[in-house]
Amino acid sequence: MTTTISLDEVYETYRMTEKEHFDIRAVTLGINLLPCAADDFAVLCRRVEKKLLSTARQFVKRAEKIQSYYGIPIINKRITITPAAVVLSGALTGDASRDRERCVDFARLLDRCAAEVGVDFLGGFGGFCEKGMTYAEQTLMESLPAALGQTAKVCGFFSLASTKAGINMRAVAKIGSIILELARASEDAIGAAKFVVFANPVSDNPFMAGGFHGLQEADNVINVGISGPGVVRRAVAGAPRDLPVDDLAEIIKKTAFKITRAGELIGRELARSLGVRFGSLDVSLAPTTAVGDSVGRILEAMGLERVGTHGSTAALALLTDAVKKGGMMASSHIGGLSGAFIPVSEDVGLAEAVRAGTLTMDKLEAMTTVCSVGLDMIAIPGDTKTTTIAAIIADELAIGVMNNKTTAVRLIPVPGKQAGDHVSWGGLLGDACIMPLHGENSDYFIWRKGQLPAPTTSFRN
Amino acid sequence: MSETRNGKNLAIVLVVGEDQTGIVAQVSDFLWKENINIEDINQKIMQGVFVMTMLVDISRARSDLGVLGPKLEKLGEKIGLSIQIQHHRIFEVMHRV
Repeated sequence: MTTTISLDEVYETYRMTEKEHFDIRAVTLGINLLPCAADDFAVLCRRVEKKLLSTARQFVKRAEKIQSYYGIPIINKRITITPAAVVLSGALTGDASRDRERCVDFARLLDRCAAEVGVDFLGGFGGFCEKGMTYAEQTLMESLPAALGQTAKVCGFFSLASTKAGINMRAVAKIGSIILELARASEDAIGAAKFVVFANPVSDNPFMAGGFHGLQEADNVINVGISGPGVVRRAVAGAPRDLPVDDLAEIIKKTAFKITRAGELIGRELARSLGVRFGSLDVSLAPTTAVGDSVGRILEAMGLERVGTHGSTAALALLTDAVKKGGMMASSHIGGLSGAFIPVSEDVGLAEAVRAGTLTMDKLEAMTTVCSVGLDMIAIPGDTKTTTIAAIIADELAIGVMNNKTTAVRLIPVPGKQAGDHVSWGGLLGDACIMPLHGENSDYFIWRKGQLPAPTTSFRN
Repeated sequence: MSETRNGKNLAIVLVVGEDQTGIVAQVSDFLWKENINIEDINQKIMQGVFVMTMLVDISRARSDLGVLGPKLEKLGEKIGLSIQIQHHRIFEVMHRV
């Protein structure tokens, strides 16, 4: 029957999109750049340019058409590419300074192409070194401050740990100083907001800055990132105060189901209209700076005076799990990270709790054990030691490795700022209060380097 | 994007705002001029707000949803109401298992 949609259901959908910021947060076109590989750098660049422009030329226009057709906003259009270190490896010469320049040139080329096809971001400038680092990975890592500092749309990532391999502590130590350099290379350290360090990354993540087109994917794929913290917050806030938590989980599941369904419809339409494969749906509650569109506020609506207080980890566990379950019931193609994000500066509720001193680095770390990603968009003092940055990263990666989950770190050491100071990036990145860190150093632990062994849980074969 | 059923391509028009005379007349007049057939109308007051839905067939409409949407919004502004049109499919996938 096509006429059984009730008035209440129509009104609910209207409220979701008009008042509660339900949107398709990102449609991401993954493009395989491996066929472009060449040992001549100029040839490689020409092929990459041609490939990106020809594959993505219609992408933004088609996405906009589908958005207006269905009346559900698509906020970001993005491209992910095969990790750049893999694509570039054959075209490097062995002369480190020349090769670093090539990496930067390559980033500029990607930036130009992204601007030309009209996407918001292009992700995948990175590589994998969970166990060891190739020459290309090392060179690309060293080029990050210049490459991300001098481009607007290019996003970078590095995977430094996995459950199977453990943690590459040598790479962790190195990345600590790279992040600091990256922050210093751009105004208000904004370059660091475009770079993510991972343990167990997923190959079909449509969200930035950590998105890349994994080697296990098809040539061209559309992945969709669905959001809707506002919708979930209203559903939770509308429930009676004494409703048991299992019933609360039920409400969240139903809401996640609905937004996932709408997202899949749009993702499939877009993939079909571009003639590419539909990949996966990432149902993640991704906050924005809009009031009400906050994961922190959802947890508060569950009954916490302020997010960060005792009970926050349990509340977030309930939320993440219910979102995943609702999404998985709605679609057989759930992928990406799927769960809840807690990017501090981008979420009004979380940012406020940091300012109030309720939400600390240690509590955030605990919360990342049950959310879908990790320590995200956290502003830290500009004079933080590189070993401290590395140690924060090591902690977060250890959580991912030991618990068989994805974890990520996106820290922004803001030059000239101290704990408690304020920094405003504006737009989607929001405002942040600089997070205080422990003053005691972790130097000798980080200087040990080496490989943190894989846990016993990884030996399932 | 031109999914049809029995030759019909269904969309839902939603009107939200303060109740006033002539709402149905003005919206129907617009739809008639766009060659859109009304299949069903429903209305009630929800949380103090006037809400009306119209199930419409746009298979013979003069323009597609991308064009109709902004036109209806404009009409809404003129008469002081919020008017939206969305494809029927979106409601079907969201509200039916």
